[in-house]
Amino acid sequence: MKSVGARAVAGLGLCLLIAGSRAAEPVRPQQAQSDYAYLSPALRTLQDDDFANPGMLWVDRGQQLWSEAAGPAGQSCQSCHGAASVSMRAVATRYPAWSPAMGRVINLEQQINRCRVGRLKAAAWDYESEELLALTAYLSRQARGLPVDVRIDGPAGLSFERGRAFFYQRRGQLNLSCASCHEQHAGSHLGAETIPQGQINGFPVYRELWQTMGSTHRMFAWCNEAVRAEPYPPGSQDYVDLELFERWRGGGLLIETPAVRR
Amino acid sequence: MKRREALLAISGGVLLSVLPLPGVASDAETAEAIRLLYGERMLNPGRVTLKLPALAESGNSVPLTLDIDSPMSGQDRVMRASIFASRNPRPLVATALFGPHAGTPSFSTNIRLSGTQDVIAIAEMSDQTLWTSQVRVLVTVGACDVLQMRF
Amino acid sequence: MPNSRIKVPEQAKAGDKVEIRALIMHPMENGFNFDSQGTTIPVHIITDFVCAYDGAEVLRVQLQPGLSANPYFSFYLTATRTGPVNFTWTDQDGTITTNSATLQVT
Repeated sequence: MKSVGARAVAGLGLCLLIAGSRAAEPVRPQQAQSDYAYLSPALRTLQDDDFANPGMLWVDRGQQLWSEAAGPAGQSCQSCHGAASVSMRAVATRYPAWSPAMGRVINLEQQINRCRVGRLKAAAWDYESEELLALTAYLSRQARGLPVDVRIDGPAGLSFERGRAFFYQRRGQLNLSCASCHEQHAGSHLGAETIPQGQINGFPVYRELWQTMGSTHRMFAWCNEAVRAEPYPPGSQDYVDLELFERWRGGGLLIETPAVRR
Repeated sequence: MKRREALLAISGGVLLSVLPLPGVASDAETAEAIRLLYGERMLNPGRVTLKLPALAESGNSVPLTLDIDSPMSGQDRVMRASIFASRNPRPLVATALFGPHAGTPSFSTNIRLSGTQDVIAIAEMSDQTLWTSQVRVLVTVGACDVLQMRF
Repeated sequence: MPNSRIKVPEQAKAGDKVEIRALIMHPMENGFNFDSQGTTIPVHIITDFVCAYDGAEVLRVQLQPGLSANPYFSFYLTATRTGPVNFTWTDQDGTITTNSATLQVT
């Protein structure tokens, strides 16, 4: 009697321990699907066309910039990193990432500017500038076909938590959170358009509405303004945190850069 | 915060009412645009194949393929072809001239459509005859819709 | 000079009809967009595209604002002899962008 009881308690304790440790790990709320799945056939064809995809114009430009000398020493990215197809192959899958030097999580654009300012001693590129979009697109393109794989443990944990809180926080005059549309109503219609999950595995994207390339921060600002909330500045930690959460949310999705979206 | 948002919404509304909205061409304006380029000649249906998606998700980039039935010989060839979007603010979209080394009298491009409308293609042959075809395209979000946003 | 991409097959037999593709980075402003200050951005487009080969034109397109940004064309060329296929885009402000690729004809 006594041994059975002890074993039962131990078994229950073990179950609770397992359940408890699982609950500690964040659970992805839904089956992740790229926004590509919500595109019309014409736009899918355009994205798949390696020649005619307008985003490739920025990728080409990025390739030029990779070997273009900048700064007083006349060095380029290539001077240290060599061929991007080799050295940058999986880099985009890891960003946003914790930067020990900066003491915070930074995204790919910020890492590029860190190298430009810190190593090349050249001027940083502005958000949404042709150069920064081009080089970000070029580097992300090197990782095309690889699954997004960001780390949310250790020092990146706080950033992840803030990003997750942002995603579920209602804001703006319309009082909607990202989740209100992209989680609760993904697949439903907003007017005549289908609401996607809002994954960011294809960024920087060529967005038809903008008739140009755009970054994740521009997308977040657009969405915030769409619910009549004041957008955060590009490069703000709020948006970098959100970016980290979004990348984790779409973990396992393959990098599609440059994606084409409505 | 609420007041600021209210001001933003009000100013956005004022912006919408003050900005000139792009017009919609009428049938007469489209006919005038055609007349300007091709005169009063009769438009014969046929010999022109115009391919467009039946439903365009984004009016900003609608793929179009134009194919003309012509031997492209010295005596019988296509001189030029034009695309008209009957309800765009400016109906004429593009004119293509096929040179001596053109392979087939066809080309593909991406056009902007302001909304649901007929897209008309007109081909002018070396014997001065005009041939035409048209396709109705349903457009979800128009290309000329003014973006009421800063981003 | 804005970025452009062209696709010309490397080789063809004389008489073949080969597919040519051309793309250029350009906003093709249609005059219906406005900037963050509310000022209308004026019309700014590429007005002409020409593909020339073996001493004559293959295709000439007169562009209007009704074409999408970053204008794309795909068309066919009759291969005659080995030589460059030249592409020229003319902006309304006079800027000329060129690109070229060689077609080997056997």
